[in-house]
Amino acid sequence: MTSLETRAAVTVGAPKRARRAKAFDPEKRRSSLLTVLLWLGVAYFILPLWWLLVSSTKDNQALFTTFGLWFGGDFSFFENLQTLFTVRGGIFTRWLLNTVLYAGAAAVGATLLSAMAGYAFAKYDFPGRKALFSATLGAIMIPLTALALPTYLLFSQAGLTNTPWAIIIPSLVSPFGVYLMRVYSADAIPDELIEAARVDGAGEFRIFWQVGLRLLGPALVTVFLFALVGTWNNYFLPLIMLNSSDLYPITVGLAQLQAAANAGGGSQALFSTVITGSFISIVPLIIAFLFLQRYWQSGLATGSVKG
Amino acid sequence: MSQSPALAAERHPTAPARRGNANKRRQNRAAYLFILPFFLVFLTMLVIPLMYAGYLSLFESKLIGGEQFAWFANYIRAIQDSAFIGSLLRMGLFFIVQVPIMLGLALLFALALDSGRARGAKGVRLLVFMPYAVPAVVATLMWGYLYGPDFGPLAQVARAVGWGTPDFLSAGNILGSMMNIVTWEFVGYNMIIMYAALRAIPSDLYEAAEIDGAGQFRIAWSIKIPAIRPAIILTVIFSIIGTFQLFAEPSLLNAIAPDAITRSFTPNYYAYNLAFQNRELNYAASIAFLLGIVIAVLSYAFQLATERRERRALTETETPS
Repeated sequence: MTSLETRAAVTVGAPKRARRAKAFDPEKRRSSLLTVLLWLGVAYFILPLWWLLVSSTKDNQALFTTFGLWFGGDFSFFENLQTLFTVRGGIFTRWLLNTVLYAGAAAVGATLLSAMAGYAFAKYDFPGRKALFSATLGAIMIPLTALALPTYLLFSQAGLTNTPWAIIIPSLVSPFGVYLMRVYSADAIPDELIEAARVDGAGEFRIFWQVGLRLLGPALVTVFLFALVGTWNNYFLPLIMLNSSDLYPITVGLAQLQAAANAGGGSQALFSTVITGSFISIVPLIIAFLFLQRYWQSGLATGSVKG
Repeated sequence: MSQSPALAAERHPTAPARRGNANKRRQNRAAYLFILPFFLVFLTMLVIPLMYAGYLSLFESKLIGGEQFAWFANYIRAIQDSAFIGSLLRMGLFFIVQVPIMLGLALLFALALDSGRARGAKGVRLLVFMPYAVPAVVATLMWGYLYGPDFGPLAQVARAVGWGTPDFLSAGNILGSMMNIVTWEFVGYNMIIMYAALRAIPSDLYEAAEIDGAGQFRIAWSIKIPAIRPAIILTVIFSIIGTFQLFAEPSLLNAIAPDAITRSFTPNYYAYNLAFQNRELNYAASIAFLLGIVIAVLSYAFQLATERRERRALTETETPS
């Protein structure tokens, strides 16, 4: 078993490893011009986030009077945090927890459903396989946001709007996840291993759970992260599905705070609260991507090569 | 290796064919059970809403008589609705201008990183990707502040240099400002897809070219870019889908630039306003349905066009690798 597992892992990672050795070829010259140009490009992507970080340390007045891209005025980060978590009876905590719940549940569910379907498409030859997989591929083209309105109409008929289910269930569908899992399963799970487990008397579900899932690691992380981001960042669906602000995720909540700040003409000190809230809301995802980069980058690699 | 299929067969040399059929049936049943949960939500969350929207779009609600079957009246209204057509054309312009810039930048970054000639490539890759993790809502809020004419840092810098105050939020500039937000959000994501494809090209494909003295630009143009065509096509299709369903950006910019962002600035924003401001649910459903069709047709047409070109290229050069 173990030797097979390593073999599978090596087959998937092999081309990459060979290339990586080449990247350190001492004969290759590093280009200073290219380095400078690239890092200038990076500045464009980072400066807005830098601005967000800097601004979350300013009070409402310093926000409007000091230079945006550098610290100024008093260091009010902790005061801002305190306001953020106490404004309207601490509803921001609620929004944060809602987002974690919706995105977490949707991502776990979407990953599991995609893994099961993708594994079946890759490893079983059942009647209707081709047609069903084509339907899945075709669904990648269906614009999910354009679908949100029809879903809302349906949910309101069923009386399911304004519940967490209205956000979680539609987010479980991930045709691209199924596609990625199929490609990855075909590569990473050797048929002989499944056959061997069958001979040993293991049931099909147990084989998937104990053999298949273990070899799907990077693909699982990839689908999980992208489903997580998709739900975490979704705005349209929760905006139309939810009425009570107790159920809002952070995106809808922040947009509402911002609208209040605009309406209040800035007199309520809400701008710095919105900015600090925006900053807090992006920290978890950035950390997740940083720590899991090894997995999602190799997972994406498989999907895009065969794409 | 514990067992190979051949060995497994040997272990039951006398197993009757009936037993094999039973196994096959058991496996098929397992396979259907594996795909069942996915297709259950697929059906209820994708197929049925689409059908329901299609059904609703055939009705009209009248002041007298309530809901009435109206055949294609909503669609006839939609294709004559200058607000809807205008929003589609606006997104068409958005697509033609913004997507080449975004994907071009992504490709440049991916090629530069793949060449291995830049210092800190790993950091570049992560930092450029980072905006993808930022929700569109937060990205738009943030850029909204950055664009601000009074205290926004862009205006502050422009004034300091003596360029006056640029008006990023005027009716004439807002589309460009939105393009910039979307570019900022998605260059990194597309870059990662292209970069992953580049890493998977077997290096012997261009080692020979390198030995022959081909420059990096030549290798990128003649070997690397053709090799990652599938990945590039994927990013174009994702961009078609993304562009035509923009919603968070216009709806949040509307708050700070109400005159520049009309209620039909993007098709999706229009459908939203029809449904929730005007309560014209049937008409909104037909707009959503039409929008879905437009996107599907565009992505399908694009795929078809690239496939045909590929086939022609293959027959001309006769060197399929």
